[in-house]
Amino acid sequence: MKVNLRIWRQPGPHAPGRLVDYSIDGIDPSQSFLEMLDALNEKLIKEGKEPVAFESDCREGICGNCGLVINGVAHGPKAACTTCEVRMRQFEDGQTITVEPFRAKAFPMIKDLVVNRSAFDRIMSKGGFVAVNSGSAQDANLQPIHKDDAEHAMDAAACIGCGACVAACPNASASLFVGAKVSQYTWLPQGKVERHGRVLKMVKQMDAEGFGDCSNHAECEAACPKEISVSNISRMRREYTKALLAGV
Amino acid sequence: MSDKYPLNPNIPPGPVQEKWTSHKFNMKLVNPANKRKHTVIVVGTGLAGASAAASLGELGYNVLSFCIQDSPRRAHSVAAQGGINAAKNYQNDGDSVYRLFYDTVKGGDFRSREANVYRLSEVSTNIIDQCVAQGVPFAREYGGTLANRSFGGAQVSRTFYARGQTGQQLLLGAYGSLMRQVEEGKVKLFPRREMLDLVKIDGVARGIITRNLVSGELEKYAADAVLLCTGGYSTVFYLSTNAVNCNATAAWRCYKKGAYFANPCYTQIHPTCIPRFGETQSKLTLMSESLRNDGRVWVPRRKGDERKPSEIPESERDYYLETKYPAFGNLVPRDIASRNAKEVCDEGRGVGPTGFAVYLDFAEAINRLGKDVIAQRYGNLFAMYHEISGDDPYETPMMIYPAPHYTMGGLWVDYNLMTTIDGLFALGEANFSDHGANRLGASALMQGLADGYFVIPYTLGNYLASAQPKPVTTDAAEFEEAVKNVQTGVEKLMSINGHTTADEIHRELGNIMIDEVGMARSEKGLKKALEEIPKIREKFWKDLRIPGDAKDYNKELEKAGRVADFLELGELMARDALERKESCGGHFRLESQDKDGEAKRDDKNFTHVAAWRFLGEDKVPERCVEPLEYEYVKPSERSYK
Ligand SMILES: Cc1cc2nc3c(=O)[nH]c(=O)nc-3n(C[C@H](O)[C@H](O)[C@H](O)COP(=O)(O)OP(=O)(O)OC[C@H]3O[C@@H](n4cnc5c(N)ncnc54)[C@H](O)[C@@H]3O)c2cc1C
Ligand code: FES
Repeated sequence: MKVNLRIWRQPGPHAPGRLVDYSIDGIDPSQSFLEMLDALNEKLIKEGKEPVAFESDCREGICGNCGLVINGVAHGPKAACTTCEVRMRQFEDGQTITVEPFRAKAFPMIKDLVVNRSAFDRIMSKGGFVAVNSGSAQDANLQPIHKDDAEHAMDAAACIGCGACVAACPNASASLFVGAKVSQYTWLPQGKVERHGRVLKMVKQMDAEGFGDCSNHAECEAACPKEISVSNISRMRREYTKALLAGV
Repeated sequence: MSDKYPLNPNIPPGPVQEKWTSHKFNMKLVNPANKRKHTVIVVGTGLAGASAAASLGELGYNVLSFCIQDSPRRAHSVAAQGGINAAKNYQNDGDSVYRLFYDTVKGGDFRSREANVYRLSEVSTNIIDQCVAQGVPFAREYGGTLANRSFGGAQVSRTFYARGQTGQQLLLGAYGSLMRQVEEGKVKLFPRREMLDLVKIDGVARGIITRNLVSGELEKYAADAVLLCTGGYSTVFYLSTNAVNCNATAAWRCYKKGAYFANPCYTQIHPTCIPRFGETQSKLTLMSESLRNDGRVWVPRRKGDERKPSEIPESERDYYLETKYPAFGNLVPRDIASRNAKEVCDEGRGVGPTGFAVYLDFAEAINRLGKDVIAQRYGNLFAMYHEISGDDPYETPMMIYPAPHYTMGGLWVDYNLMTTIDGLFALGEANFSDHGANRLGASALMQGLADGYFVIPYTLGNYLASAQPKPVTTDAAEFEEAVKNVQTGVEKLMSINGHTTADEIHRELGNIMIDEVGMARSEKGLKKALEEIPKIREKFWKDLRIPGDAKDYNKELEKAGRVADFLELGELMARDALERKESCGGHFRLESQDKDGEAKRDDKNFTHVAAWRFLGEDKVPERCVEPLEYEYVKPSERSYK
């Protein structure tokens, strides 16, 4: 099959960017979207041109490295999957596809389709953990955890940190990302000791990074490849209020 | 290095059950005030690297942590699905530290070190405690205790799991601990950096040179020790189940600086992967091994039978695993399942558009148990398969084919995880590890975390307290020289200006590797590989094309550097496979099989580790040997009939 592409090209953070048209033929419908971009890059290199910079690693939807806005939708047309899981058979022969980076003030541009998402790491450093040193743990079965609680915690923990929630949000808020982490530890007894400090510090860092506020559009949930629910944002809010009331 | 030659594994004396305990007591400690004065470089943030860096930060060392990805949380460990083993015996089904030790030594086909394997089994239980304390949401029973499953043909249920995302959850646990140390100021993160050389001063590892993958700048970092946690090298085959950025570069450059490379030919080819569909594919997707619990493997009896599977009557189907291995049937170990799939395809009985696939058929299980039960067990896997292949496995058999998955070989390390270069340690899949010639399912995650959380915090302290490294800075002449060498290497790559892309050459190498150094190896094939690989290498250095600038974000330059190293490592793998004239674990030599076509070990001549010593460019490396002794688990034949 053949597709026409309009791809965001930007040589660097301070250079102007624009959409550039390409077309590529001979694509196998079972190829992945990123393999189609690989093929385009190979063609560009042969023509003596610069390939399109984009990121990926696991190519099976778990590392969170890939992330493109395809035809205006973070991670493309299909629900509950990452960019690397998008297959060419989801497009029509001859279709025009627009490809852009995950844009947000807190995700500065690096090159073409590559942005810097290290704001997420800085948020995590404020409380995305249980403070326990190696070697100091008790036997794992001493503390039973209700199966449902463990499942809820796992639902939230499934976040891959890709940033689609931010890219999809009209306010570029990171509330789903932070809410998911806060929720994971809210469901588990291990998270209880630090719960107040955790939510206050993580939210403060989220604001400091320049992410916007959440105004309940729920676009994040729709874009999330792991189907993380916006109920995690409500839970984060409740935790936040509780922490304020507790006067931490 | 002279004292390391011949190789000394430094195994502590005493009964195997007491070695680690007494070694921990006998090792020297660094007092807290002195820990602050030591800087440690940890390259890699997978399970091994993240757990090591976090633990060392907690102890008070200054840690510099490096990774290729934009965030430590994206290391390849994140992709592990199935689970992690531990000898907890929570199921009361007869498991014990000794049994896990026994299974691992036997599973490794008697080619691993007993002392290391025992320690691994011993600390396995602490790993689960640690991870649960971190809030890793493992699967649970209704009573609230941890759930287990049996995995990879084990007779006991000792595998802990978090849905199909165990690696992700374990990594996020370790990453959380790492980020906590970042906040404490004990760990400094250097993401988007690729280590391109090791710096030695007076023969001892004292730092690294990295390329900043955004700016292209070469950078120097000094430390008192360097920990390599850079993962495995399955991507030498181009197509593998590993993430596309996995590479051997860090380990390979250390090899060229004097670290011996052990058992490079030991690779694991996983039997249940989605087959390749064409030339432009970038990776292969693993389908969980658990599918073999209910799926039946078959191919048509007749060569070149192009009928649809539904049109092939029972009598014309060959359920070859069930016939050949009546006791284990479709559940034979990975290496055996893989090899048999290759065999039937080589006979011309493979299915699918390429002829390199076999059926994994659920029709019988669906009939017996109902579609709902099958959906419950494998629903997400079926959906994933459907998505990738376009076929619905409820209606038509899945197609699977083996794919390179894991490398048991790696840098040689002693019991303390130190390589043949003083001050250079290797952890996780990067070392030649505890798995011998074949790794059991769910044991790689265990090993990575054992090395990082529980072994290196002790053995590194012992090294620093004994060696007392003098302070160095990156102003030392050795750093300047190393940067210059790396610079020259980068310029050499950039200046070739030919017509072929790094991927094209990588694919070419991958084809020869999978054909001749893959599931079945022969003297003839290996010799052919040893002839062909240098030719591909020559083409690479004559005709490579890297667009753009070295002082910029440049993916093609990254890839080219890695392919350059694979082109050398691939040759060493072939050489190692040629010299090991026996079949063991994942290494199957066609010349070494019994009358039924089963692998035949040669214990008399090959009960040893082969560790290769670099002697210079274009020189044949030296094969050094560490003999292996089996005091506890007596070598026996691995039979699954
Ligand atoms: C699909 C799949 C499923 C698996 N499932 C299981 C399972 O269920 N159970 C199990 O036990 N095992 C499983 N494995 C194996 C297991 O995941 C790996 O062996 C293990 O995670 C390796 O961990 P590691 O820490 O050694 O390395 P990795 O996780 O590979 O990390 C390597 C790190 O090194 C960094 N790095 C590499 N080179 C450089 C360089 N030159 N400079 C700087 N940084 C560098 C990378 O950025 C990364 O941070 C699976 C493997 C695959 C591919
Ligand atoms: S490349 Fe890992 S999620 Fe897409």
